[in-house]
Amino acid sequence: MTAPGAYVHVPFCRHRCDYCAFATWTDRAHLIGPYVDAVCRHIEGDLTASGWATFGSVFFGGGTPSLLDPGDLGRIIRALPLAADAEVTIECNPEDLDAERLDRYLEAGVTRLSVGVQSMVPRALEALGRRHDPSHVLVAAPALHDRGFQSWNVDLIYGAHGESVEDWSRTLDAVLELDPPHVSAYALTVEAGTPLAGDAGRHPDDDDLAEKYELADRALAASGRPWYEISNWARPGHACRHNRCYWAQGDYAAFGCAAHGHRAGHRWWNLRTPDRYVEAVAAGMSPVAGGEHLDAEQRRREGLELALRTRDGVPVASLPPAALDELPAGLVEVEGDRLVLTVRGRLLANEVAMRLV
Amino acid sequence: MFDTGAVPSTPPIDRLRDLCIIAHIDHGKSTLADRMLELCGAVDPRDMRAQYLDSMDLERERGITIKLQSVRLEYRDHVVNLIDTPGHVDFGYEVSRSLAACEGAILLVDASQGIEAQTLANCYLAIEHDLEIVAALNKIDLPAADPDRYAAEIEKVLGIPASEVLRISAKTGEGVPELLDAVLDRIPPPVGDAEAPLQALIFDSHYDQYRGVISSVRVVNGTLRSGAKIRFVQADATHDAEEIGVRTPSNTPVGSLGPGEVGYLIAGIKDVGEARSGETVTGASRPAPALEGYREPKPMVFCGLYPVEGDDFPALREALDKLRLNDSSFTFEPETSGALGFGFRCGFLGLLHMEIIRERLEREFDLSLIATAPSVEYRVTRTNGEEIVIDNPSELPPAVEIERIEEPFLTCTILTPTTYTGTLMDLCQSRRGEMKKLEYLSPERMELVYRIPLAEVVMDFFDHMKSRTQGYASLDYEPAGYDASKLVKVDILLNSVPVDAFSTIVHKDKAYDYGRRMTEKLRELIPRQMFDVPIQAAIGGRFIARETVKAKRKDVLAKCYGGDITRKRKLLEKQKEGKRRMKNIGRVEVPQEAFISALRLDD
Repeated sequence: MTAPGAYVHVPFCRHRCDYCAFATWTDRAHLIGPYVDAVCRHIEGDLTASGWATFGSVFFGGGTPSLLDPGDLGRIIRALPLAADAEVTIECNPEDLDAERLDRYLEAGVTRLSVGVQSMVPRALEALGRRHDPSHVLVAAPALHDRGFQSWNVDLIYGAHGESVEDWSRTLDAVLELDPPHVSAYALTVEAGTPLAGDAGRHPDDDDLAEKYELADRALAASGRPWYEISNWARPGHACRHNRCYWAQGDYAAFGCAAHGHRAGHRWWNLRTPDRYVEAVAAGMSPVAGGEHLDAEQRRREGLELALRTRDGVPVASLPPAALDELPAGLVEVEGDRLVLTVRGRLLANEVAMRLV
Repeated sequence: MFDTGAVPSTPPIDRLRDLCIIAHIDHGKSTLADRMLELCGAVDPRDMRAQYLDSMDLERERGITIKLQSVRLEYRDHVVNLIDTPGHVDFGYEVSRSLAACEGAILLVDASQGIEAQTLANCYLAIEHDLEIVAALNKIDLPAADPDRYAAEIEKVLGIPASEVLRISAKTGEGVPELLDAVLDRIPPPVGDAEAPLQALIFDSHYDQYRGVISSVRVVNGTLRSGAKIRFVQADATHDAEEIGVRTPSNTPVGSLGPGEVGYLIAGIKDVGEARSGETVTGASRPAPALEGYREPKPMVFCGLYPVEGDDFPALREALDKLRLNDSSFTFEPETSGALGFGFRCGFLGLLHMEIIRERLEREFDLSLIATAPSVEYRVTRTNGEEIVIDNPSELPPAVEIERIEEPFLTCTILTPTTYTGTLMDLCQSRRGEMKKLEYLSPERMELVYRIPLAEVVMDFFDHMKSRTQGYASLDYEPAGYDASKLVKVDILLNSVPVDAFSTIVHKDKAYDYGRRMTEKLRELIPRQMFDVPIQAAIGGRFIARETVKAKRKDVLAKCYGGDITRKRKLLEKQKEGKRRMKNIGRVEVPQEAFISALRLDD
């Protein structure tokens, strides 16, 4: 089993993108100080209470973790017991990245950056409601190379309203120019309750998304970054250890509001708002808001569903033979004793999972 | 006044009056009945529920009477039996039975709208039965009332002198005592011989879960006594008269009912089919012949009813059985559809009747149903000379084996303000109607008579007529025989598999339009599958329309990290559950909603 991971949620943004359904707030900057204190105190308490071993990975997600001062980030990292080769990732907005900040991240113990580039085409960025422009990325990327980060990722979103297939192709070309070891590309997803959900005219079209996915897969694989999960491509050795822990049903601790944790079939989540999280921790109470326990059968099924999304696939022997026969052609391939999704199969992964698992 | 004690006494026959009210929906029949009940002290005003006679929820909502009720009133030393009649063409036979229990009728016409087609038809029927008509214009309190004009119209179409037409307001009560006076003065008392063998007419029956069947009866000759052995002539069955009584309006038991009296009869019967409207009750020991006019109810409109959830099939059967206890005029038998599973082929008196039964099944029995497109009964002559009758398109033999198809026709009478004559002629024309008559009733009103295939009327003709005339036109119809037409069956194929629920028989000239509309509708309703799904419309082996549901290319969650994993599991569980509820036709997963929407007739 891989070493456990730790997820730290940072629920602050300067501005809210209208497709975003994450737990994040634009009007709570005054809470950042107390929040960092609460996270450190939560970690301290949880280590004693739950007896976590050393963590193999840490992931700061958001929100906008680059809104935290690198010094505060360092405090949190130092509170966590880490393996010597631990992967420590932070999600950043391109406009926050300058040479000085990168140096301070290195100092704080960050080993990997995930940069929210989303698109290299201004009109797509605007349609997504992002505030940076491609020039920020062009400045940040060489700095990353210069500073010698072990690994870094570019996050992309395709399917913004008005984004043509050519626009998406230009984004991929421009990103590959920057030579990131890792790329995540996500189809724009309409989440209930977001402003985007209420504007049907801007909803992405499934056929367009499918075409852009296939385009991305071809371009990224050809550049030496084969897929290793449905929305993730990397050079060999650059897969994100923390995310692989999720997909392998590994254990992970959850710090910060709205964070989800998992341990041996038990999953839980923390209070959703930073206010309540800070309050609970300050009062010495558990910030856990809810949880669920998976029985053996649910765990087995979930394990297969998650593994099916990865390049490793699932053992053929673990599937009912009849289900395989009924699957429409062209969605899966058998490689040795494992069943792996084809590109078409990846785009229809829900359908395949429903039929197989 | 008679006794005011618990048991109403039998009045001398010359102080009896049996009558009904003929009125169009909304012309105030129920309000008038309420006012009369009040005036005669039959209902304590504090217990007064608006529109006493319409007891079923559905009836109150739709403002129509479906089941007949009667009520006994006492006025000026007379007994007046008021018999309610259904106000809709679907129930024409029931109307004729209730008319047979009366010597007179109040014709009630809205003084702001004039006489309507159905009212006119029922009034002609009453005149055929030799009923004395007391005409009254209602709602004279309304600013739009124009009693002079409509009294003249009544004189023109019915020959009742305008000066004899009463003017009332059922709402305020104005003119209602005068109307009751006119009833006593003008309507003759019943005629009958109390000593003759018993002959009583059943004009309505309903099922009560505690008492069994409760029938409304009118004694014609002889005396119906509580406890007597009685014989039901048409059903050929003998029962005991467990309880007889009158409705005041609550059920009040009496010892006997003499000639001309109207009341109820409970005889331990469990099935309304054994005590149908038109049945004659006579004495078991001294039987008399049946009264004239009995007819078996004959369904005119048919459709398949299927439970949305296959598991509900036994519940649907039970519900139909129960409903039939109360309404013997609809028929049902099990049928199987490749697309919809197990269900029932049901026959109804008409479209409204079909809607009522379906709604009652859903409301009173909490069932969720899919109804197939309504059909009529076709007479098919095969090339080998054999004749068959079908009411389900899937029973139609292949075209090459058909010599001739005949379909039922109706004579439709429409009364309308003259301004709408053009648009109504267009409508009748588009429904393959043939004009029989076009006549002015007055400078403002027109009578149109068309012969139209029943199948065309069944397809939302009434709704179209109403919407084209802002509700001002009214319709009456009667069967007008069968005739050969150029009819074809249009099949709808999903992934090359015919879907029986969507097959329909239409006129050759309308087949293409039906095929195109249905395939287009289905293309929008059927979710994308893992492969391209052709949707075709065909006549015999010839395709007349085609649409394709393109294969779906994407169904995957983009992000699957910490919190997404729980969400993803729930999403897949939901998707799986959705799949379980779909019908599998030719490998295509079709949601129930697609059937329901595709079979809806509203466009």
